[in-house]
Amino acid sequence: MNALRVLLLLSVLLATTAQARLSIEITQGMEGAMPIAVVPFGWSGPSAPAQDLADIIRNDLARSGQFAPLEVQRLPQLPVDGRDVNFNLWRSVGSDSLVIGRLELRDGRYQVQFQLFDTVRGVQLAGYTMQADAARLRRVAHQIADIIYQRLTGQRGAFDTHIAYVTVENLEAGKRRFRLEVADADGHNEQVILNSGQPLMSPAWSPDGRRLAYVSFEGGRSMIYVQDVASGQRKKVAEFAGINSAPDFSPDGQRLALTLSRDGNPEIYVLELGSGRLTRVTQHYAIDTEPVWAPDGRGLYFTSDRGGRPQIYRVRLDAAGRPLDTPQRITFEGIYNASPALSADGKRLAMVHGDGNRFRVAVLELDTGTLRVLTETRLDESPSFAPNGAMVLYATEVGDRGVLEAVSADGRARQRLRLNKGDVREPAWSPFFGE
Amino acid sequence: MNRKFGAFWLVGLSSLLLVACGSLEQRPEDMPADGGIAAGELPAGEGAESGGAQLGGEFGTAPLTDPASPLAKRVIYFAFDSSDVTPEGRDLIATHARYLAQNPEISVVLEGHADERGSREYNLALAERRAKAVERLMTLQGVGARQLQVISFGEERPVAFGHDESAWQLNRRVELLYSGY
Repeated sequence: MNALRVLLLLSVLLATTAQARLSIEITQGMEGAMPIAVVPFGWSGPSAPAQDLADIIRNDLARSGQFAPLEVQRLPQLPVDGRDVNFNLWRSVGSDSLVIGRLELRDGRYQVQFQLFDTVRGVQLAGYTMQADAARLRRVAHQIADIIYQRLTGQRGAFDTHIAYVTVENLEAGKRRFRLEVADADGHNEQVILNSGQPLMSPAWSPDGRRLAYVSFEGGRSMIYVQDVASGQRKKVAEFAGINSAPDFSPDGQRLALTLSRDGNPEIYVLELGSGRLTRVTQHYAIDTEPVWAPDGRGLYFTSDRGGRPQIYRVRLDAAGRPLDTPQRITFEGIYNASPALSADGKRLAMVHGDGNRFRVAVLELDTGTLRVLTETRLDESPSFAPNGAMVLYATEVGDRGVLEAVSADGRARQRLRLNKGDVREPAWSPFFGE
Repeated sequence: MNRKFGAFWLVGLSSLLLVACGSLEQRPEDMPADGGIAAGELPAGEGAESGGAQLGGEFGTAPLTDPASPLAKRVIYFAFDSSDVTPEGRDLIATHARYLAQNPEISVVLEGHADERGSREYNLALAERRAKAVERLMTLQGVGARQLQVISFGEERPVAFGHDESAWQLNRRVELLYSGY
């Protein structure tokens, strides 16, 4: 009786504190994706394990667009040990790659083993044993998916990374609730790190993935904060007269490029976080905003309407962050290009590309000048590269709701993250953690 | 940071003093008692004694609360990606500027906004430019710099929530917010 009452109370608590949850859906698959089989992991414990690892791995691989995991019903056998694998069976269903594994609970910790096979040649490509407590099991699954991805594509996987974003919930009387949240790259494990009655925008990760800079209007106007993600401790770093916005961490994590209008109109500055020293980068009566660092820390890409319409420019910097030259325009296609985001290798620039009616995400190859439009939606915003450059995450509007979408860098695979209530926007994909 | 902010205010105040001293030297006969408005900005032929009657005439006895007052309209609208003030916007700004110039103790916040299209950060800058365009016109018409405060909200505070031009045209705006009203 008492237990039942506690249970009821708990479920009421859960219901009232339940907040908007992200769900993910693949909206566009990829032709020619590599078939792969991920067999349900073996388990001999009393109840089901805390996570279905094979399912998490399968979903990760499918989302990348590079892989077409076989449905579980179509698997010809369910081996959990390498000695039981019959390669002929797997070749007969057209699966060139096979993942098997098992987990067991030992002294309160999970032991996870997995093996990756090339079924055509009948050889093992990778095999690992990992340990984790229940809370970290999802992470282990993402790490396994990263190993598989790297082994089969030659490119580093980015499943064990995070995303930051802003959610907006409409309350009664026209009031809105803004939350800055972080989640795993697949939208799970959402955690609110800031809750505000005023708008939040422009989250930007530090290069080590431990801090977020963002713009908050909680003081009645835009100001920039830097927050430690794990502890929640934060510091206001810019509250100058006018707008304080568009923060971007330098590659060494010591400085922020940002936009301030304290000298009359929006200009780009570099702020040294340790000393508070400010260096002005641009000098122009036009709007200059949205600076992003080149990976070597010796240049900034930014949006400016100095040519009459917003376009993307680049300025080179000396070691102290002072400009070395007059900014050079680098986008020429389209009447509106803004929100630059650079791939980690510095070779590709994602942006919001406007043709007069639609604002879509496009990627510019900086070496060749080739521009490729990746989306067919009309109100895209805030593109952000995965740290391995394979996907671009952005915000858009679908059916009157703000959603996030991720598209493969070649535009062929796509998925959507939406909330069960409210809007989600301003995504920022984290770097690889601890780098 | 606070020290810098303080220094900024000091510079701002001293430049205001400089402006006031400059006009005092050049045109001492034009300086009104409060030092805020040049008499040349008042309608021609109206002396100090008839100013009160003229005030009541144009703006009524409850200028900021009467819905029939010419000051009841407090939103100036803009075209896409533009901070150019339209002729209707100019008329509205001129009306409010006259009132503010005659009432230098009253201050107003000029709140800039943008529609949702394109970049949020660019829109924050664009919305500030709209508010500053209104500020510039008001200053030219004799409103004191201390009466005006510019704040930009970019596209973060829409009044219309649709995703088409009928909503967007309502969101590209500068709102005049009188303190206390």
